[in-house]
Amino acid sequence: MTRSGESLRPEAETERVTLSIDGREVTVPEGETILAACTAADVETPTICWAPNLTPVNVCRVCVVELEGSRTLVPACSRPAEAGMQISTDSERVRHSRRMVLEFLGSANDLSQASEIADWSRIYGADPARYDGGASDVSADGSGDLPERPGPERVREPVRIQDDLYIRAYDRCVLCYKCVEACGDDAQHTFAIAVAGRGFDARIRTEYDAELPDSACVYCGNCVAVCPTGALQFRTEFDLRAVGEWRPDDQSVTRTVCSYCGVGCNLDLHVQDERIVKVTSPADHSVTSGHLCIKGRFGWQYVHAPAFEPPTTSATEH
Amino acid sequence: MADLHFSDAEPTASERRAVLAALSVDEESDGAVVVSHPRVVRAGMQRRRQMRHQLLPALHALQREAGWISPGGLNFVGRTLGVPPAEAYGVATFYEMFRTEAPAHELSVRHVCIDPICALAGAAPLAEHLRSQGHAVHEGPCLGQCERAPAVFIQGRREPDRVPADGSGPDSLLVSITAPAPEAPSLLRHMIGREPGQSESMSMEAYRERGGGAALDAALRLGTDEVISQVTAAGLSGRGGAAFPTGIKWRAVADGEGPKHVVANIDESEPGTFKDRLLCELEPLAIIESIAVAGLTVGAEHGWIYIRGEYPLATQRLRHAIAQARSAGWLGDDAAGSGRPFDIELRRGAGAYICGEETALFNSLEGFRGEPRNKPPFPTTHGLFGRPTVVNNPETLLNVNEILRIGPEAYRSVGTEGSPGTKLFCLSGHVGRPGLYEAPFGMTLDELLGLAGGVQGTLAAVLLGGAAGSFVGPDAGGLRLSLEDTRAAGTTLGSGPVMVFNDTADMSAVVERLAKFFCDESCGQCVPCRVGTVRQHELVTQIRRTGRSTEPQRELLGDIADAMGDASICGLGHTAASAVLSAMRLGLLGDTAS
Ligand SMILES: Cc1cc2nc3c(=O)[nH]c(=O)nc-3n(C[C@H](O)[C@H](O)[C@H](O)COP(=O)(O)O)c2cc1C
Ligand code: SF4
Ligand code: SF4
Ligand code: SF4
Ligand code: FES
Ligand code: FES
Repeated sequence: MTRSGESLRPEAETERVTLSIDGREVTVPEGETILAACTAADVETPTICWAPNLTPVNVCRVCVVELEGSRTLVPACSRPAEAGMQISTDSERVRHSRRMVLEFLGSANDLSQASEIADWSRIYGADPARYDGGASDVSADGSGDLPERPGPERVREPVRIQDDLYIRAYDRCVLCYKCVEACGDDAQHTFAIAVAGRGFDARIRTEYDAELPDSACVYCGNCVAVCPTGALQFRTEFDLRAVGEWRPDDQSVTRTVCSYCGVGCNLDLHVQDERIVKVTSPADHSVTSGHLCIKGRFGWQYVHAPAFEPPTTSATEH
Repeated sequence: MADLHFSDAEPTASERRAVLAALSVDEESDGAVVVSHPRVVRAGMQRRRQMRHQLLPALHALQREAGWISPGGLNFVGRTLGVPPAEAYGVATFYEMFRTEAPAHELSVRHVCIDPICALAGAAPLAEHLRSQGHAVHEGPCLGQCERAPAVFIQGRREPDRVPADGSGPDSLLVSITAPAPEAPSLLRHMIGREPGQSESMSMEAYRERGGGAALDAALRLGTDEVISQVTAAGLSGRGGAAFPTGIKWRAVADGEGPKHVVANIDESEPGTFKDRLLCELEPLAIIESIAVAGLTVGAEHGWIYIRGEYPLATQRLRHAIAQARSAGWLGDDAAGSGRPFDIELRRGAGAYICGEETALFNSLEGFRGEPRNKPPFPTTHGLFGRPTVVNNPETLLNVNEILRIGPEAYRSVGTEGSPGTKLFCLSGHVGRPGLYEAPFGMTLDELLGLAGGVQGTLAAVLLGGAAGSFVGPDAGGLRLSLEDTRAAGTTLGSGPVMVFNDTADMSAVVERLAKFFCDESCGQCVPCRVGTVRQHELVTQIRRTGRSTEPQRELLGDIADAMGDASICGLGHTAASAVLSAMRLGLLGDTAS
């Protein structure tokens, strides 16, 4: 195949690469990831920090696969597919690392509202209870005199309720960086939140943990929309869950176009008991890529109110 | 970028002055370095932040002036450099040397090393003593002074940082060279017999008299291809720990297009390692010369020194050497008469072991959190500011000088076939004369220990390669210290630390501290390392408490090790279990129970 000047090559003529996924040949456009190749080969891959509308950060490592010739496993979500790659997605090494990542998260975080992670944890047989330390109940001198064992360190954080629009429960946060990306380079360009601290103590934070209404946050809710664990949650959902009334199975979704301005963002209205409980936008929508502004995201409150008032961000600390 | 939002907090007048002074000093002295480059973040996301790479110098200035990074000070830095406050806060909280809560005192802070060698030498009572004297004390990881443990570093409040041991007469350094012939390679030979503290010997004239400048002359005479082929023929591999062939790295960068960078990685934070500090303190002009050789060879315009923040004397001497090199015409628009521009800018780290990992170093230098990037792409194509970059350890760079001075054949006359040349070893702990030793690759461990005055007392274990390395037992005296022999024995030389423990050392305490080191130093980015290091430390603590390990505990440790080694992003996670596993094998953590 002749290659014309790179920049002149039209999109449609992108070269294709063929690689092997679990012994099956698949062909994908050059520049696609191993993850895309797996999908093309009908191999489902667990992901936590990857999303179709965000730049891959490859930090959770649950998507790792075995690449022949590579000393370590490689992240499928960000590693470009190359011609001739031999990939195993279900080897003992792959299953072990995936299970351990899920187990580590289960041992450190409250994953009760992270349904996808829970599903994968079941599939890979993750058992976070292994870290509870029961096995060390042997006293060295046989006296049965055991020093105190505090149990595995977990992420402990109070729920941050600082406004009427969304809450932050960072004990559920698995540090997938999605909210940071959505607030920053990938969508909102507001940079209200970032990762602070180091190691196990790393957390998503505003500067000096300032309350959201005092921060740069413009309440677009894009961070909430991408959060995979419920660490960020719309107040509507949080309040309904608190009274046991959050029933996703009873919700209908209606697609509409936002009427606040002329951009034409698609909105998905999630309706339960004839009330809008959540607004999202499809990640594959050409205008939004899933991201919205405060009006599209929260402006629906006028539907239920006698007269629309801008959503309040008054601090109501918990 | 969108308009940035800042809180109402304002800087004090002195904070403002301190920040501006730090920034203008950099502008003045490093004007030759062009600062605007697109940055490739992680998987190719591009950002353009012209000023952001000055964030670390600005935070250092704030910390020294106010004793912490105050909200007003942070706002001022953010406004000046165009950095969102949340991100600047994220950077400030990444480093050991920066505080983000107001201190209750006006004091300089005494950092006391609590890593194994200093712990043996009485770090805990020393810290207690300093506290009782009314000093502010911060206990932290290895300070790179293991040969004179217990180590202290004073982070100045409105005064320069300093190391008390630097002021007490001639350096306590003991150097020994075992290169057999005069023409054989030796990095330390010309440094011997000098009083390292004498500033006179730091002059360009004195350096030239010792033969300084010969490598730069040779590099310009030989040209890019010949220099690289000599480095390749000499079989030089990186001395920073990964032992990657230097010739291959330089070739790749020389072949790259556009602006390029050379970075001397002097972050040296591996527990037990202090060689780079001594090299910079003893012969700073040689380091500058070697960076210029690298830069002119691969066609880079920008040289950078990233040195750990706890090395004030080495930093001062390198700065002095850069100034001298500029006066002598080695650096500047027509560097060393090459007709091409090359200059060097020095940056101080702020206390983070992970920033020695090359891609974390790039992020740190660019003003981002020191989180490693995923590889590929590699630094040779996407390095500092997303440009092709040579990053080398200073010992590696000095070896290039040596190769250019004596030629690849003479260079290969010592060492082994697989590991030509010499290696600097940092001996610490229970040996007669802790210090820096240069020995040909292939010398046995016993011979090396003999050079250092032998083991004090009865040997219990030697930790090779530092926290990222592994323990060997008393029966390993015959181990040949080469890359291939240590690899075959399932251990590593790493960057050259050799930490010696006799049977009076509480080895389980040593192992527990190493496990804690990784928890503290993990950047926290990836799950296997962020959580795995904590679970590993918990298990080690449990085993230590009970005095023996059970089968399920050992299985769990193995499971954690496999996941960290296989699925982590960077070398920190990949090696975080190595010392612990080797300690288990040697029984250093107590008996095994079923
Ligand atoms: C956690 C970690 C810390 C490191 N610290 C250093 C260091 O302080 N100095 C250094 O030269 N290399 C360090 N390295 C290795 C560098 O990533 C890189 O390989 C090296 O600087 C390349 O130079 P060389 O080829 O001359 O050895 C570290 C690597 C890791 C994973
Ligand atoms: S709501 Fe929007 S602006 Fe606020 S933190 Fe989330 S992404 Fe950033
Ligand atoms: S808050 Fe949610 S989106 Fe943000 S890092 Fe945590 S889990 Fe990810
Ligand atoms: S292995 Fe550890 S230090 Fe390296 S990127 Fe992952 S969390 Fe950070
Ligand atoms: S999904 Fe690939 S690393 Fe997280
Ligand atoms: S300075 Fe204390 S162990 Fe290195």
